[in-house]
Order: sequence, then C-alpha cells, then structure tokens
Amino acid sequence: MSLPSIIEFQDFSFQYFSQAEPTLHHLNLKIYPGEKILIVGPSGSGKSTIGHCLNGLVPFSYKGDITGSLKIKGLETRDMNIFQLSKMVGTVLQDTDGQFVGLTVGEDIAFVLENDNVPTVEMKSRVEKLAQMVDMQDLLISSPYELSGGQKQRTSLAGVMIDDVDILLFDEPLANLDPATGKTAIEIIDDIHKNSKKTIIIIEHRLEDVLHRNVDRIIVLADGKIIADMGADDLVSSLILKETGIREPLYVTALKYAGVKVTSEMHPGYITTLGIEYSGEALKAWHKGIKPVENQNTNPSVLEIENVSFSYDGVRSILKDISFDIRKGEMISIVGSNGAGKSTLSKLLCGFEKEDQGNIRFNGENIKDKTIKERAEFIGVVMQNPNQMISKPMIYDEVALGLRLRHIPEQQIAARVDKVLEVCGLAPFKSWPISALSYGQKKRMTIAAILVLNPSILILDEPTAGQDFRHYTEIMEFLVEINKLGVTIILITHDMHLMLEYTPRAVVLAGGRKIADKAASVVLTDARLIADANLKETSLFNLAHLAGIEDGTGFVQGFIDYERGVKNR
Amino acid sequence: MNTKMRLFSYNFIDTPIHRLSGLTKLVCFLLLTFAVMYSYDIRVILSMMAFSFCIMWVSQIKFSQIKLMVIYVLIFLITNAVISYFFAPEQGVSIYGTRHEIVRLFGPYWLTWEQLFYQFTKFFKYASVIPLGIIFLLTTNPSEFASSLIGIRIHYKVAIAVALTLRYFPDIQRTYHDISLTQQARGLDLSRKARITDRFKNALLIIIPLIFSSLDRIEVISNAMDLRGFGKHKTRTWYTSRKMTRADHTAIVISALIFIATVWVSVFINHSRFYNPFI
Repeated sequence: MSLPSIIEFQDFSFQYFSQAEPTLHHLNLKIYPGEKILIVGPSGSGKSTIGHCLNGLVPFSYKGDITGSLKIKGLETRDMNIFQLSKMVGTVLQDTDGQFVGLTVGEDIAFVLENDNVPTVEMKSRVEKLAQMVDMQDLLISSPYELSGGQKQRTSLAGVMIDDVDILLFDEPLANLDPATGKTAIEIIDDIHKNSKKTIIIIEHRLEDVLHRNVDRIIVLADGKIIADMGADDLVSSLILKETGIREPLYVTALKYAGVKVTSEMHPGYITTLGIEYSGEALKAWHKGIKPVENQNTNPSVLEIENVSFSYDGVRSILKDISFDIRKGEMISIVGSNGAGKSTLSKLLCGFEKEDQGNIRFNGENIKDKTIKERAEFIGVVMQNPNQMISKPMIYDEVALGLRLRHIPEQQIAARVDKVLEVCGLAPFKSWPISALSYGQKKRMTIAAILVLNPSILILDEPTAGQDFRHYTEIMEFLVEINKLGVTIILITHDMHLMLEYTPRAVVLAGGRKIADKAASVVLTDARLIADANLKETSLFNLAHLAGIEDGTGFVQGFIDYERGVKNR
Repeated sequence: MNTKMRLFSYNFIDTPIHRLSGLTKLVCFLLLTFAVMYSYDIRVILSMMAFSFCIMWVSQIKFSQIKLMVIYVLIFLITNAVISYFFAPEQGVSIYGTRHEIVRLFGPYWLTWEQLFYQFTKFFKYASVIPLGIIFLLTTNPSEFASSLIGIRIHYKVAIAVALTLRYFPDIQRTYHDISLTQQARGLDLSRKARITDRFKNALLIIIPLIFSSLDRIEVISNAMDLRGFGKHKTRTWYTSRKMTRADHTAIVISALIFIATVWVSVFINHSRFYNPFI
C-alpha cells in the first residue's frame, strides 16, 4: 500500500508510572485510512493500553513513560492534548452505561457539541440527524434507565460520530451485550465502515463474534508485544490463538476434533467463507463415532419452583407463572435477554423479593416464610461484580464475615475458612490483603465467602462476564469442581459458550415467561428460541449444515460430549 | 425501578409552569423565597402562601405526589416551633415590645400573645416556602435545572456536577440496595433488633463495597467525559436550554414585583421587618 498511514507506531513503548514493567514493548504498526482492524489479546496483553494511547487517555489520565513514536494523521500524539486527539479518534467505551453522561439520549449525543459551544439550535438538528443514523430518533427523550444495552451503545456511537472523527475506536464493544445484540453491534459497525470509509479499530477478545463480519487485519497482542498481524484465514489456521489463550471459533475446534487439518486455503476465518469440500466426510465420520454420554441426573429435586408470578409495581408483571424443578447436584443455566426476568427470579429464590403467587420449595419444604438470612443457609448468591461484595481489607476476614455475623465461635470459623480457602485454591493467600488479588482470584474469593456458609445451592450472576478465555476456563472449571462436591449450581448468563459447555440443561426466559427447559444444544439450534431469547445460533450448527449433516442438534450435542471426554481425559 | 421512586420526581405535564424555562423558574423561585424570608408580616406571608397554592394548582401537582414530603416538613416545623419556644419563650415580647400574658405554663415559662403571634408568623413563613420549592422541583427538567445554574453565573463545572448527580443517583441507589441485600444474605442484621454500635458497623459493610464499586464507575465516567471534550473551553452550551419567551419575562417581572412589594411593605408601612399588631 502506498497510501500514507493514518496511524503509525514506531518502536513505541509505554510504561505506567504505577507499574514496574512496561505494558507495551517496541510496537511497530501501520494502519491505513479506511482499514478495519481487530486487536485481540488475553487480559493483561496491553490491548486496552493501545486503545488508551490512541485516544489520549494515555498520558492524559493515565500517566507513564512513552518512548518511540506514535503518529496519528502525521502528528505526534505526545505533542497533542486529549481534546485535539478526540477530534480525530472517537472512542466507544466498554461500559456503555457508565459512558452515558446525559440525562436523556438527546443530551448524551449532544455532549461533544455542548463542550464545543455549538449553538442549541444547530445542536438539535445535528443530534436529530445522527440519532436517525443509529435508529434512535424516537427515543431522544428517553433516560438511560428505559434503554437496553444495545440502545445505550447506539447512543454512545452517535455521540462519538457527531464529531465527524476519522477513526473510530471500539473498546470491547461486545462485553455487556447479549449474543443477539452483540451480533447486531458488529453489523452496525460494519455498515458504518462500508458507508463512511472511516478507519475502524475494534479491541475485543471474543474473536468468533467479531468475525461475524469481515475485518481487514487482525493484530494479536501478547505480553505487550505484537505477535501477529494477519488476515482472519491465516490467523485461525495458525497455532497463535492456542498459544496466546484466545478462543478459536467453535467450528474450527470441531474441525480439528474431526482430524481435519485447517489451512488458510480453506478460508476458515469466517464460517461464511469456509470451504468444506474436503472435510465434510471427516466431520460425518467423527460425528458418527462419538458415543453419546448418558448424564441424566436422576436425583430428587432440591428446588421446586411452582407457578411463580411476580411484579414490582402490581401493574407490569416481571415473571408469569414460572414452574420448573432443579435436581440435586445439577449445574443449570437460566438464560434470556435483559429484562426477561432472570435476575428477578434469582432474587425471589434468595428471598430478596417475595413472589406474588406460587410456591418455592426447598427439599420439599415451602420456604415462603423464610427470611433472607435463613435462606442464605441453603441458597447462596454471588454477584457479578466482586467489588460489590467485598467489605473487608483482608482475605481471611472477608471469607469469615458470614460466620462471624452468625456468632459462630472463632475456633470453628478458623476451621471452616481454612477448608473453604483450600477448596477454592486460595489457601496460600490466606493472610493476604484482598487488593493483591487478580480479578479472577477476587471472584473466587467472593464465591468462597458464600461457600463458607455451606449452602446446597449456589446462584451466580454472569460469573465470567468480561473474562478472557483463560480466566473463563479457570472460573468455570472451579465451579465444576464445586459442583462435583455436591453443590447445585444455577448460572444466570447470556454467554452461549458457557451454556453449551458447562450446563447440560438450560431454562430459557423471555418476557417473564419460561419458554423452554431443554438441553443447551437444543436451545442453541432452535431458531424460534434463539430469536425470542436474544441468543445467537452456534456456529457448530452452521458447520453441521455445511457438512451436510441433517441432525444439527445431534451434532452440537456430540461436540459437547466429545469435548467433555477430552477434558476429563 | 418501582412506582415509589417516581413519586417525587420530575414528570412532564403540559402546563404554563412546566413550559417556563429552567432559568426563569430558578430566578422566580429565588425572588419569591427571598421575599418571604425577608418579611415577618403575616399578611404578606399568608398572601404568598395563597399565591403558591394557586401556582401549584396550575401546575397540576397532586397531593399524593407530595404527601410524604409534606408530612416530613410538618414534623420538622412543629418540632422546630416547640424547641424554639423552650429556648426563647420571651422572643415575641422583646420583638413587639409589649407583654400580653395568657397563661403561666410552669416555672419561668409564660405563654404570651406576642410569642404566639411571632411563632405563628414564623411557622407560616417557613411553610409558605415549601410549596415554592415543591413546584420548582416537580416542574423543572433536571438537566434544564443544571443549565439554568449557568444563567445565574455559576460555573458550568458545578452545573454539570449537579446534572451528573441527578444522572447517577438512581444507579447508586440501586447498587446500594443490591449490596445491602447480598450482605443481609451473609447474615447482616440491619433491623432494629441489633445494637446501635453493631448497626453502625453493619452499615459500614454496605458502604465500603458501595464506595469501591462507585470509584470504578467514576473512572469510567470521567474518562468518557474527557474523551468527549469536557472542559475544553471556558464556556459551554446546553442541549436543553430554551429561548426565553414572553411568558418567561412575564413570570420574572411578576416575581420581581412581588419581591419589591414585600420590601416596600416592610420599609414604608411597617418601618421594620415585623408587622406589629400590638401597638
């Protein structure tokens, strides 16, 4: 390419003042106008820092040492301030809710113009135009509380594009969205790219989801270094993903299980371009060879939910006539879009809210009159954000808190805490301060703090939200271990991988009703359920079709069984 | 979240009061409040009160919306009246310069007409400010309120702080609620059964996680604002600000006249801030 680059890193390194080691090492990278670039990497690889360097948060908000050069549109960034940079690089942050600074959609879109002293009249017409572009024109006076995650993201996008920036930077755009909304987000980004010729940079670790649409190049980052800069086909067929701990697309995993050598000639980067000619037979043979695993849980029910209905205000019902049983020792997921009633259901189970109608029985006993504290003896709940649960500076004290509040003698406490820390792999950190833990360890500690009360049921709200593949696997395998100890686990999630790989059974809620209670492989291959619950069809299902395997659901189930076999080996 | 939270918040209804700009309402609110606070003339105060009730009726505020607030205010005012009597039972006498005793209560405490009149005036003086405040709060769009602060020469960074508080307050409230419930599940007792010292310690168990999770959020928000050019210039425009209309000018003129009238009554008729019926 002979065009001048729009972004150019030259031997660029960066070290936060607060860190002992540089986060980015000697980067060399050119990005050309109109390109669409995906930056992937595990947590701690420095991918967010690259984003901060591009939009000026480094060094404006996060101070540190810069060496080498980073030029945007030919200008050295260290000579510019964040405001000049924000005229060239527009950023859509990961937390679309936190990013929503206006009281209404209109105000939020106008925020940049307000700061630029644009007269109100002109501002109104420009906001109108941008709102139309992202299809939010009818919601201009809505507050963020009335919007879905996807709508908030569209608002942020409009708020950034209103400045007519040349470069759009998306920092983990999929993190807070359900699968269907995430898919739409990728489509919107792609449409903007096609229509506006802007340079697009997406920072994400969910490779397969971004590759729903075309990207020009993928930059792989590990330990602050660029270790690959290539197209999707080359990357997916290489060993780089495995080495860096980024999840490869599921259909690629399936091909590999079937013994197919994945090469870039097969165009495996996107399921839509995948050439299946030579591998169809191998897939069929592999599929036939998998022995179905019988894991019917035949234990008695530990929790029976019977015709439960609930409404906060007595007008709009949140849950309508929900009934299902959970068997002892099960690991089950409750899925559905935002607002489907998933969290409300978990609140009812814990006694945070009282059902209007229906019964909830624990081991056959109706728990209607049990208080929050009494229920906590058998149902424990772990919140999504560990920071919302941590109230002590030391790990030991935090885990012991629940027992101390129950006035259990200190000697017994010590024994129970030691045991639970052992189970959770936190024993070596027993006397550490919590601030020294990584996010994943903190998560495990909050689980430990609940487990110490010996609940027989554990409810976890999005346990793997925002985690990269390695941490995701770590947390989930840990939960499998706990499950094996006999604890029933209920996962509230919209992570489809999690459903598929870890929970044999999924209860699907939509609009407050239970619309399915089936195997995850059935749910993720049923077009109607997928649409109603804002999920996305798994690529394994598409692969089965491409290979001419009629029983797509069976193929997906086969994959799960096979994978469990591989893991248990 | 639920209906309770919407009780005391801005709802748009199309009335002449709602249509006034935020700045107008703020200026009028300040003028009328000063007027009432300046005067100790019961005639002025009662007419102001009647005036505020009229405005309240025009802006279609329902009693059910403000019931809770009214109860709290009444409790406060009554407590205030009782306590101020016990601290200064002769305040009325020293203000009005005469002494008409009604009855001796106990010890040095006499009930006098002067004291009764003074406290009656004070009670209504405070009570008449409340409807004004309620009208202002319930009829002003929160972001318009923030932008109106600029109109009275308050720096826009302060104004935006007000707007952000309004924006994120429900979030914090919700987080607080969630944390409180999860901590209760761990065994936290927030009920009255716990001892005072325990309750204080227990409250910390909710507030600490609340602070730490809010700090994360503040970082996100301030980054989002920096990235969108907040603080670049010395001034800032507002999406919600409205052009002043004739209605706005009229409202301000009326309020100003009322303010001048009360001052005039004090200076030229009463020759004092107090109206004295005892001489």
